[in-house]
Amino acid sequence: MERDTNFVLGVFDDEDVLLHAVEQVRSSGVKIHEVYSPYPVHGLEHVLGYKRSKLPIAAFLFGMLGTSLALTMQFYMMRFDWPMIIGGKDYAAFPDFIPVTFEMTVLLAAFGMVGVFMISSNLKPWAQPRIFDVRSTDDKHIMAIDIANNKAMDLAKIEEILKSSGASEVNKKSFE
Amino acid sequence: MQVTSSVREPLVTGGKTYHDVTHDVSRQVEGKPSLAWFLAFLTAAGVLALGSIALIATLWEGIGMWGLNKTVGWAWDITNFVWWVGIGHAGTLISAVLLLFRQKWRTSINRAAEAMTIFAVICAAMFPVIHMGRPWLGAYWALPLPNTFGSLWVNFNSPLLWDVFAISTYFSVSLVFWYIGLIPDFATIRDRTTGLRKTIYGALSFGWDGAAKTWMRYESVSLILAGLATPLVLSVHTIVSFDFATSVIPGWHTTIFPPYFVAGAIFSGFAMVLTLMIVTRKVFKLEDYITIGHIELMNIVIIVTGSIVGVAYITEFFIAWYSGVEPEFYAFYNRATGPYFWAYWTMMTCNVISPQLFWIKKIRTSIVATFALSIVVNIGMWFERFVIIVTSLHRDYLPSSWAMFYPTWADVGVYLFTFGLFFTLFFLFAKFFPVINMAEVKSVLKSSSEKVSK
Repeated sequence: MERDTNFVLGVFDDEDVLLHAVEQVRSSGVKIHEVYSPYPVHGLEHVLGYKRSKLPIAAFLFGMLGTSLALTMQFYMMRFDWPMIIGGKDYAAFPDFIPVTFEMTVLLAAFGMVGVFMISSNLKPWAQPRIFDVRSTDDKHIMAIDIANNKAMDLAKIEEILKSSGASEVNKKSFE
Repeated sequence: MQVTSSVREPLVTGGKTYHDVTHDVSRQVEGKPSLAWFLAFLTAAGVLALGSIALIATLWEGIGMWGLNKTVGWAWDITNFVWWVGIGHAGTLISAVLLLFRQKWRTSINRAAEAMTIFAVICAAMFPVIHMGRPWLGAYWALPLPNTFGSLWVNFNSPLLWDVFAISTYFSVSLVFWYIGLIPDFATIRDRTTGLRKTIYGALSFGWDGAAKTWMRYESVSLILAGLATPLVLSVHTIVSFDFATSVIPGWHTTIFPPYFVAGAIFSGFAMVLTLMIVTRKVFKLEDYITIGHIELMNIVIIVTGSIVGVAYITEFFIAWYSGVEPEFYAFYNRATGPYFWAYWTMMTCNVISPQLFWIKKIRTSIVATFALSIVVNIGMWFERFVIIVTSLHRDYLPSSWAMFYPTWADVGVYLFTFGLFFTLFFLFAKFFPVINMAEVKSVLKSSSEKVSK
């Protein structure tokens, strides 16, 4: 990818102004690349039109995997591989297997879900993120608009829409 | 940006802006450590070094170094184990249960409380491991690995094995929960610094960029992790109490143990959070974030859980008498009047009477009183475990084998070692990690006031 990517950035100070601005900018036909915030802004994913995260489903499936692995392991070891009578109980002492089953369910659900989150959001120690504006992890919300995706719109027009929607600054940023 | 409400006390005082939050928390990480920090750190490291002599002696000679005898086979080791695990319950409770209940005040204390949880669980896990005698063989006893005689497995009917699974799951899930919360704050520090520090915090921040999509997933992950961690935190101390409750020792064999242990864990955990946070807010000048309001709310949790523990003590005693089982009643009668009566009454005073002082508003909003009482509570909770374990064992069914337990220097030394370890880790955390969750505090900065600026 040799060509440069150019962005117009709208800098917002306030989360409520930002929420209205996102609606305004989208309704005027500008495609937003992404919004970067220092903290989670409630309702932002809604106005940006993102679909609900499927991570809960991943957590459920990994949890089910944990449950079945734990039960299979315990029944195999205690009932089939080396059956032993302990405390006069049945080989397959099902109630006694519940604590370990519960713990393994939680363990796999948590690790599985976090693993999927890391992969889907590209979070890894050697990742080199594109930082549009360092203040986006401090106190500013940055709305990034990819110029290549908005060819139909005039650049000055985009800047004007951003300004009128409440952006405190409008900047440009290019990446190699 | 912040507007104070006429109705509600603000969660963060001092009219802080978003940038102030970043600055106040990050400057601890970026600046040179203060003299107070150095002295505290060196003291903790010194205790760690001193305690390690006892630990090495125990590993070298075996657990004969401890004061255990044939009658009292569990004493300080398991007391310390249960005590540290109990302390390790507050962090996850604050971050998970209070998140589900939408208690926004948790945001400025959850980071440090979770760190404390992780360090306390490390200290706790040490004791059963050393107690194995030859921990280097422990993997065969604790993990389902086929041994050298064939596939003779671990015993899944034993609560001691459930403990292995419960504690290790609790530790790893808490660690992940804590780290996920740290990622956005590491990114904040990465974007403020240069050079080597930028590289290190850049790697720690996993390339976080604060995109709305990532935040959406982050929120979803936090909520589900909280949902998973809530039953997990309750299960851990329940299973720890099964170590006792499923045995047939009078004084241990009671069905009240799981809820009573969980309440006690929250009680001692909150006390330890208070002890640490009162010092941290002072040393790092974070009084605007961890306010008297936070301290008061935590003290209210202490009254509630302390009262549950008090009711449990009395219920236990009543049922021991009402059951008509003589050895059971003797175990309790002996606790209160036998040779360990002083331990029993220390426990009663520290856990049942002293937290009731928090009904007085002046006391629960006083920093000095809270600090003193938080230490009293943890002394009381240590004695609770000591009373349950040692007094139930030292006079068993055969009067000819009755014995007393006397700790040796190695018992004391290993306990000191865990104190050194805990505080060394905590001070390192306080210096190099953001002690307050900046992103979460920023997210409640505006919504915590009734009127919103426009």
